[in-house]
Amino acid sequence: MTYVPVGHDATDYAPPAETQEPELYHPKTFIGKYIWSQDAKVIAIQYSITAIGIGVVALVLSWLMRLQLGFPNTFSFIDPSAYLQMVSMHGMIMVIYLLTALFLGGFGNYLIPLMVGARDMVFPYVNMLSYWIYLFAVLLLLASFFVPGGPTGAGWTLYPPQAILTGTPGAGWGIILMLVSLAFFIVGFTMGGLNYVVTVLQARTRGMTLLRLPLTIWGIFVATILALLAFPALFVSAIMMTLDLTLGTSFFMPGIISQGKQLDYGGGSPVLFQHLFWFFGHPEVYIVALPAFGIVSDLISVNARKNIFGYRMMVWAILAIGGLSFIVWAHHMYVSGMNPYFGFFFATTTLIIAIPTALKVYNWVLTLWRGNIRLNVPMLFAIGFIFTFIHGGLTGIFLGNVAVDLALSDTMFVVAHFHMVMAIAPVLVVMGAIYHWYPKMTGRMLDDTLGKIHFWITFLGSYAIYLPMHYLGFLGVPRRYYAMGDTYFVPESAQSLNAAITIAALVVGVAQIIFFYNLVRSYFKGEPSGGNPWEATTLEWQTPETPPTHGNFGKDLPVVYRWAYDYSVPGAEKDFIPQNEPPSPGAGGAAGSHA
Amino acid sequence: MTTTLVALAVVMAVVIGWLLRQTLGTRPWADPRTMAAGDPSVAGLPMPSIKIGLAVFMTVATSLFALSISAYLMRREGADWRPVAQPLVLWFNTAMLGLGSVCFEWANRSARAGRAGGVTRGLLAGGACTLLFLAGQYGAWRSLEAAGYYVTSNPAASFFYFLTALHALHLLGGLWVWGTTLVRVRRGAAVRDIRLSVELCTAYWHFLLVVWLVLFGLLLFT
Repeated sequence: MTYVPVGHDATDYAPPAETQEPELYHPKTFIGKYIWSQDAKVIAIQYSITAIGIGVVALVLSWLMRLQLGFPNTFSFIDPSAYLQMVSMHGMIMVIYLLTALFLGGFGNYLIPLMVGARDMVFPYVNMLSYWIYLFAVLLLLASFFVPGGPTGAGWTLYPPQAILTGTPGAGWGIILMLVSLAFFIVGFTMGGLNYVVTVLQARTRGMTLLRLPLTIWGIFVATILALLAFPALFVSAIMMTLDLTLGTSFFMPGIISQGKQLDYGGGSPVLFQHLFWFFGHPEVYIVALPAFGIVSDLISVNARKNIFGYRMMVWAILAIGGLSFIVWAHHMYVSGMNPYFGFFFATTTLIIAIPTALKVYNWVLTLWRGNIRLNVPMLFAIGFIFTFIHGGLTGIFLGNVAVDLALSDTMFVVAHFHMVMAIAPVLVVMGAIYHWYPKMTGRMLDDTLGKIHFWITFLGSYAIYLPMHYLGFLGVPRRYYAMGDTYFVPESAQSLNAAITIAALVVGVAQIIFFYNLVRSYFKGEPSGGNPWEATTLEWQTPETPPTHGNFGKDLPVVYRWAYDYSVPGAEKDFIPQNEPPSPGAGGAAGSHA
Repeated sequence: MTTTLVALAVVMAVVIGWLLRQTLGTRPWADPRTMAAGDPSVAGLPMPSIKIGLAVFMTVATSLFALSISAYLMRREGADWRPVAQPLVLWFNTAMLGLGSVCFEWANRSARAGRAGGVTRGLLAGGACTLLFLAGQYGAWRSLEAAGYYVTSNPAASFFYFLTALHALHLLGGLWVWGTTLVRVRRGAAVRDIRLSVELCTAYWHFLLVVWLVLFGLLLFT
């Protein structure tokens, strides 16, 4: 294809800077640079390593759970209490301490300043504190494995009254450490979240208007707003439950006779806890999903060599999903005995939120349509995400309907649904994003062959795990059960299916070693990547040095002249035009014919 | 949860309304206007980042208090709810917090006018009123205990202790910033250098006064 230079869709006037740049903190010691660091890039790596580390713990817990389900009565060290503790810790770690921390603390810290053209976050000291409080929360959580009674076994939803009653595993120290750890996590996150929001609002470089922001930033930005508004619900419920447990208040605890003894509690409302928990819990789904949506949009656009289809629609869909996510929470509570009209309302809002979500899926597919697709590893993960997300999204429509949910509630169908939509789909994006941005972070490419092997085992293996799990749910196999026992309506063949799922889970888990090996090996021996190996337009790929040094952009901050999606512009010299590339001399103003 | 939904609907309406104003009618792929000098969307909002930071924090606190109030209203439906007679000292406390807010406003206006004496006096008086408020809140706790309302006696009493403690903790956080500002004043910092801190304290105190008035009204009338 022949390209001729044109001044495409850019303006040639950049106003002078209206404010001076903030002074950067310049650390002089090793500890200042890499331990007590205020540089968002270092904090991002600290967040990522901690989150992935604790995520591996949760992955191992899931293997142990699967060993029990696949091969019951085989492993003597997994008793019913230990099983429930594994279920609880696996869920909480994966949702909060891995995915939330990794998407917002990890990718948010690394990408926001670089992609908006800033030198750092606006409050670097607070940003540093955010990480250390997060680490403290993680350590508190880990400590619960070593206290008398072990970690909580109340399930990741921590429903009272059973969460704090004697008889539930970890009802003493375990649940206290969990609640206190969550409170610290939220305090730490709030510090980080303030940074992410204010940096996007205030620290964008000249020319970087809101609608020139890459969708990755839009996703992280709106997800952070959701988290800042939703986490207080978890905070309030954690504090109230701690008071119920330690002081004997009855916010959530009803009158109870436990083990033949009347407890001092009375009148509390467990359903109140459920409302508070899910008021946080459902936006939490989108706190994880929106950054994934944004990242996958960018991966697809870069690797299809096309501008993202319907950019503005994608932005508004993110906003709409964010707003709607606050009025769907009670679809997690259809079996709590709620007023049927409430059920009708929440079923309706749940179906409505599918509309902007579906729009995004259409736009990803339409971006792929007739694109000059580069089927590299990040693109494989992005396309894998579309499959698993559609799959999990469709089963969500099943469960959003009250009549269907009543039958499927608390079965393995629910487990399969939310793992497809909230575990596998975002994790595929995390993987794709790491393959995509690793060259910027290290200056070296990850090995392509190892990456493809990793992708195919993970992607196909995930289906091998969760597709049959839907069927187990249809059979009525309950979730959270240590053993099925002699349940008359579950055929014996279900056990064979469970064994197969366990084998698939172990294979997928072990396959992640390939990924970690690739990360380590490529750091030392990977092919040098250069500054912009994917030929992308966004600012992080235009830094003068790779990996970017302190301050990100050398002496002068970049000036942005165009949006983030100038790929395959008709008549342009190359098939991508970086955001900071000024229009060609004499070419004049906007053309915009390709949009 | 209606209370929370109303509060969040207002917050979301502001956020989404602002974002839509920034984005509606904009064609990012071809829009010469977006580079026009003085366009606020180019260089962020025309105010210091720390002010935006405080606004975001107050939004988070609004969510926290709205959720706590929702929990209060829902728990109030329980058959074991027995309203607590509010200690009279709460009226005095409310007056102190209101006066504190006025003093901070005085300090803020003095800072804008460059009057160092007014700033110092306003800050000292505002902090003193706040400390009196906190002491008065502690007095309210003691008088409730004396009347037999312990934290576990009754859900209404539990909520009284919980809500007042939550509010007091936010004030203590504000007092920390107030303290650092006062230290800078005592060390002879120029008025222009502390003007922003005084302005932030003032906004925060006004916010916490409004929160307290809502909480006090709730405790009084339910």
